[in-house]
Amino acid sequence: MTEQPTAFLAHECENGHLTYPAHTRCPECGQPQTGTIDLSDRAGEVLTWTTVSASPTGVREPNTLAIVEFAVDNRTVRAIGSTTADVDVGDAVRPVYVEQLRDPDASFRATGRQSWDGYRFEPVE
Amino acid sequence: MDVAVIGAAMTPFGARSAWLDDLLATAALDCLADAEVSTGTVDHLYVSNMASGEFEGTTGVMNALAADIGVMPAYTQRVGQTSASGGAGLYAAWQSIASGASEMTLLVGGEKMTHRSTGDSSDIIASLTHPVEYSHGVTLPSFAGLTARRYLDRFDVPRESLAEVAVKNHTNALDNPDAQFHKAIDTEDVLTSPMVADPLRLYDYCPVTDGSAALLFCPVSVAEQYTDEFVRLSGVAGASDTHVVHERAEPTWMDAVAESGRQAFEMADCEPADIDIAELHDMVTLLEPLQLEALGFADRGKGWQWAVEGRTLPSGELPVNTSGGLKARGHPLGATGVAQAVEIYRQLLGAAGGRQVDAERGLTCNVGGFGNCVTTAILEAAQ
Repeated sequence: MTEQPTAFLAHECENGHLTYPAHTRCPECGQPQTGTIDLSDRAGEVLTWTTVSASPTGVREPNTLAIVEFAVDNRTVRAIGSTTADVDVGDAVRPVYVEQLRDPDASFRATGRQSWDGYRFEPVE
Repeated sequence: MDVAVIGAAMTPFGARSAWLDDLLATAALDCLADAEVSTGTVDHLYVSNMASGEFEGTTGVMNALAADIGVMPAYTQRVGQTSASGGAGLYAAWQSIASGASEMTLLVGGEKMTHRSTGDSSDIIASLTHPVEYSHGVTLPSFAGLTARRYLDRFDVPRESLAEVAVKNHTNALDNPDAQFHKAIDTEDVLTSPMVADPLRLYDYCPVTDGSAALLFCPVSVAEQYTDEFVRLSGVAGASDTHVVHERAEPTWMDAVAESGRQAFEMADCEPADIDIAELHDMVTLLEPLQLEALGFADRGKGWQWAVEGRTLPSGELPVNTSGGLKARGHPLGATGVAQAVEIYRQLLGAAGGRQVDAERGLTCNVGGFGNCVTTAILEAAQ
């Protein structure tokens, strides 16, 4: 677990292309990514979802996952994440910080390899 | 230089007591025996494998195999491209012959998985995902669930149509003695099986499998010295797509399938209408229609109709997965792309037994990740 909460940032290259997560170079134009846009205080829309009934070791079960699209100015950027409740296509959701998304010690990947905190999606009432 | 395939073999797929080294050796020696080629003739040996280190704590499997079957001092290399390792092996084998670096290349694909729990296997395979995906417990089956919901909604697709893919491939496997499953199922079985990743159920997915498959490659000029019955690898190409699946412009379009197919068709100087038979990567039922669309066989959003209308049956205009596919033949990760080509090789030579169809040109499409890396190959009867 990280001491500083992992930020929920879209990354922007000098040509205005957005990605989540960050890349060393923009996948669309190959330029460095120089800017960030905080998604944690924005609402997004569920593009699609699934509920997984057979999770790997260390992951909650059932585990509902959604791909969520965020509007940023006249552009969009998508993110994947687990949800706090049932969702449907087209629902509005907002990110909610979670200290530990899955059990690092029970996961195949080395615990120091990545962050284990992050943001789930909560339906907006 | 034109590249020929002159031998093929595979072990039975399923839950096997043998470990990977034995599975690889069995397929390798059976392949050489099939071609009546001696071990001392092999210049290059490629082993397609995704995760022997992770599954059984064994690395260096290519050197171990070379020494075990006596092909030293052949050049050896492990080919890893996740579940497309077998297809990548076809590409590596083609490169070795076409470049003139080797006059006899043995390709062996294999994986040993069933000693692990399903949860552990799923996590090992999910280790190919990006950290922002992995942290949420994303698995390959969950990508399929997310994509299936989008496909069903966007193109107004009946859920039962995907079940027809599983029913067909299970029926095909009844005539394949090497297949993991020899059990006919109906759509009701699929639609009432346990939910895995809503809206997809257990019988939409391939099983966890052990097994190995092998092919022998050489220049056409060398093949003619051995046999009149061989197959040409007339097209092979690979392509990649985003690592992070949600970054694709449209989740239901498989860009790397389309690009590898476009290049393979161009290399083989043919088009989808010229293909008589195909082995597609049905890790999940959904992927069969998505590949039919991306390869140019079916119109966008219409691939699901092919199984429903019987067009992909052995008696249809394009038999797909006569072997049973990943769904029923089984999916030992590194072996799959090789096994797909073994099936086409046998079909083109009239050696497919009870599942034989009339075919002169066949296609294989091997998908890594959830479309992250793909190899498409086209094989033709030599005559």
